[in-house]
Amino acid sequence: MIRLNCPVCGLRDETEFTYLGDATARRPKMDETDPKPWVDFVFFRDNPRGSHKEYWHHVLGCRQWLIVERDTVSHDISSSSLAKDVSA
Amino acid sequence: MSARRLPEGGRIDRSALLQLTFDGRSIEAYPGDTLASALLAADEAIIARSFKYHRPRGIVAAGVEEPNALVQLRSGARTEPNTRATTLEAYSGLNATGQNAWPSLKFDLQSVNRHLSPFFGAGFYYKTFMGPFKGTGFWMTCEKFIRKAAGMGKGDHSPDPDSYQTSNAFCDLLVIGAGPAGLAAALAAGENGDRILLIEQDHELGGSLLSNPVGGQSDTWLAEMRARLTALDNVKILTRTTVFGAYDSDVYGAVERLWDHVETVPPHQHRQIFWQIRAKRAVMATGAIERHLAFGHNDLPGVMLASGVRSYLNRYAVLAGRSIVVMTNNDSAYGAAIELAQAGASVTLADLRRTPPDGLSKRLDAAGGTVLAGHGVLCALGRKRVSGAQIAPLDERGQSCGAARKVDCDVIAVSGGWSPVLNLWSHRQKKPVFDESAWCFKPSADALPTLTPVGSAVAAGTLQNTIADGAKAGAVKGVMPDLASDNPDADHWVRDISPVWRITGANGKTTGKAFVDMQHDVAVSDIELAHREGYVSVEHLKRYTTTGMATDQGKLSNMPALARMAELLGSSIPEVGTTTFRPPFTPTTVGALAANDAGHHFAPTRRSALHDWHVENGAKIMQAGLWLRPWYYPDSGEDLDAAYRREASHVRDHVGMVDVSTLGKIQVQGPDVAEFLNRIYVNGWKTLQVGRIRYGLMLREDGIVLDDGATARLGEHEYFMTTTTANAAKVLALAEQLLQTEWRDLKVHVTSVTDQWAAMAVAGPNARDVLASAFETVDLSAEALPNNHFVKAIIDGIQCRIHRMSFSGELAYEVYAPAKFGYHLWAQIMAHGATYDIRPYGMESMGTLRIEKGHVAGPELDGRTTLHDIGLEGMASSKKPFVGSVLRNRPRLADKTRPTLVGLEIQGDTGAKSGSILYDMTGSTDNHGLGWVSSTTYSPALGKYIALGFLAEGRERHGQQVRVIDFLGTGTQTATVTSPHFFDPKGVRQNG
Repeated sequence: MIRLNCPVCGLRDETEFTYLGDATARRPKMDETDPKPWVDFVFFRDNPRGSHKEYWHHVLGCRQWLIVERDTVSHDISSSSLAKDVSA
Repeated sequence: MSARRLPEGGRIDRSALLQLTFDGRSIEAYPGDTLASALLAADEAIIARSFKYHRPRGIVAAGVEEPNALVQLRSGARTEPNTRATTLEAYSGLNATGQNAWPSLKFDLQSVNRHLSPFFGAGFYYKTFMGPFKGTGFWMTCEKFIRKAAGMGKGDHSPDPDSYQTSNAFCDLLVIGAGPAGLAAALAAGENGDRILLIEQDHELGGSLLSNPVGGQSDTWLAEMRARLTALDNVKILTRTTVFGAYDSDVYGAVERLWDHVETVPPHQHRQIFWQIRAKRAVMATGAIERHLAFGHNDLPGVMLASGVRSYLNRYAVLAGRSIVVMTNNDSAYGAAIELAQAGASVTLADLRRTPPDGLSKRLDAAGGTVLAGHGVLCALGRKRVSGAQIAPLDERGQSCGAARKVDCDVIAVSGGWSPVLNLWSHRQKKPVFDESAWCFKPSADALPTLTPVGSAVAAGTLQNTIADGAKAGAVKGVMPDLASDNPDADHWVRDISPVWRITGANGKTTGKAFVDMQHDVAVSDIELAHREGYVSVEHLKRYTTTGMATDQGKLSNMPALARMAELLGSSIPEVGTTTFRPPFTPTTVGALAANDAGHHFAPTRRSALHDWHVENGAKIMQAGLWLRPWYYPDSGEDLDAAYRREASHVRDHVGMVDVSTLGKIQVQGPDVAEFLNRIYVNGWKTLQVGRIRYGLMLREDGIVLDDGATARLGEHEYFMTTTTANAAKVLALAEQLLQTEWRDLKVHVTSVTDQWAAMAVAGPNARDVLASAFETVDLSAEALPNNHFVKAIIDGIQCRIHRMSFSGELAYEVYAPAKFGYHLWAQIMAHGATYDIRPYGMESMGTLRIEKGHVAGPELDGRTTLHDIGLEGMASSKKPFVGSVLRNRPRLADKTRPTLVGLEIQGDTGAKSGSILYDMTGSTDNHGLGWVSSTTYSPALGKYIALGFLAEGRERHGQQVRVIDFLGTGTQTATVTSPHFFDPKGVRQNG
């Protein structure tokens, strides 16, 4: 079990969160009509070994979306912050 | 008789006598005994029959590493298979039987398998899958016999009568293992004021010191440590508790066996507690396990680990044999040999090394033992237990280089050196390093900053080192009491080991079957066979031969197997590497892990605010996700079919009320809500006025339909969104995600209010009259409240909202009330409605009504369908982008042959089954068909069975006939394809 440091609630168990995935994938602008960037955004993800910025949702807590930096090999968490506070 | 209880000594309480039963025979034991020590004292040689060959097996070890002495404990629902007799505390009334034997342990008919062993080598099971026979027939035949003959204890299928508990623990320092290193760590840290959790799998603190002779210096030290630790309030000690797994973020799993040492769990007590431990850091003082050696018939009852023989002698006062041959490749077995000789056994020590240690040899001599340098046991002799040993001079590779001779003995005590218990380390995905001097894999001391292995777990040289190591890991401060070892020459195990693991005859082969993994019956010859068949990776070797895959996870077998593999490959043991240990360290009761999350508590139960009314009024309740919902309300004598048909007709003819409280409800607030809704729904929202309701559909990012529902505009900046019951959580999470990540420019806040509102739909021609009677002051006329409008209303002081909208196709209203007043409101409407013949209706008839109308629901919005597939592409706005607006136009999704929503009129007098496949009237059915049936019902309004389904080019096929085939059951039916809007397609009734 991973434990995540929620900026609102403190250190909490993984079981309180849901996982979404890569937080560096940028959603195209709403008025983007070219399917290519949408396909990239929706279907393609890197699978990096090592540091990974990813979205976690504190769904059984404050319901905030977090950006967590996790090492995909060791599961070490190096940072976690509220998605809404991080400049896009 | 050979094994016997000594008249004095041991850590047992001789003042009480316990009566145990093993295989129907009465056995005596003392408190402090294990089942194994009691069996040994009673000279029970055969405890179980082996997994594959049904060979007789006896006690090998005195701890968790025991591979052979597994018993079936208790009977009935409380029976527990594969219980290690060596860790099971003796208690009065204990009843165990030997495993895997018929008719008896002493005479097992299936032991004929041992003569068939050439056919049961590594991979034999897989080989039955392959030729010379075609197909799977041969395997299916073999499998029955294999399953019956192979195996260990038997499980029981009845529910576990005991209860379990989960508990959470937090600490500054978790100390795993209460041997010398662990005690030192706990005390050093504890006296510094840290919050300590000290966990020991035994029922007593002391670890390896408990195997020292009673009354020695180590007992004095132990007593002082125990006293000082128990005096500290900040040290919590859990005994009979096994830390079975180490996980990320310094989380540990442990099971405390509260009542496994008594006959039955006392009333109102939990049998075991599953501890989830969150530790700031941990000290791993898990010790080491002695290794076996490979030689002929090394599985014969009477062949034991030297450390096991020593534990039985010193801790339990049981002398395992009168005449004992000790074989060792290192110094550590000398201590056992000397103590055994002093206890009166005749001891012959075969030292695999050419030059035995001088001091130790002299002390053994003085005690009356004999040392044979450069000798080893080629094979154990005896049929059902050891009666002798074939001993021969050996060269430095362990190969016989002279005449063998027979030595009479009843026990062969073996030491192949020691392996650190690094399982928890391995759980954390760390690779161990190989120690060339101790010939073992061990954790590297600093690879994990928060998990420090100490003592024997890192092959510490001496007892003093072990204690110092533990204290240092516990805290920088803290003063330890000194402990001088009882036996300075033999107190530890790393000294002078010779890397010989296999004793062979002059021909280089073992004399008889030599086992590496006794629990899985894997012999040296199986490793050799795997090598001949091309296995090079140690991970493949493990899986092919199944070595190390039994319930003991290869605690004894790992090193001999790896050593033989390395030899065959011509490489070194570190080059071959070791396999990864995984949790649990020892077998763990699944009941403890499940704890309270079983039966009724497996998942939370959600009840609507109106639930009690449904129950009081005879509703049949069904589960829908986590919700309990009224299925139907049978009149006397009615079954489901009769009840739902009556309820659906009643709604069309009169009026009915259904509980729709489970709908997802989301309060959406802020100045930018209209823009937010515009983005998340496919249709437009900018024009929705206060007081109005609009139906909306939303897509996923990939353009597939996600959900539908209605949203009401309550005020300037205030909206009330409903979602389907199933997708409520998903939609809320998506809204939160988009608002907090991508759409931070929007000033919108979303809150779930699902549980805050009760909701009921009143539907039918009399619906207006019912509500007008209940809410006297509100004008519900068609002019004042047209479809898709809502009005606020008060009844008995309760603030409600009446939304005019229809799912049933009838004139209908949804009434929303604060949850706590829901029951009252429902009851009021039922009372007012009595004049208009109102009846409640349930999920089943609600489904009928919506299928008659062709409204899509969960079975149609199944995560694969597009707007076009469900015939609602016209709802999508072309004037604005929305979630999924680009990807919904992917070429394959626009494929004209995709199955689209159709109605199906089923011919005959039975309905179709959901999931049936649609085919043309003629042609092969050896394909995926043209579509499928999604929802099905009998339609009272139409007087026939109907269904919704998806059919390729469905819109062009209206009027045609198709075959409806249920491959799982009823066979083939015929259906006429129609519009999905079976009933009142123009919507006259709902707009009246």
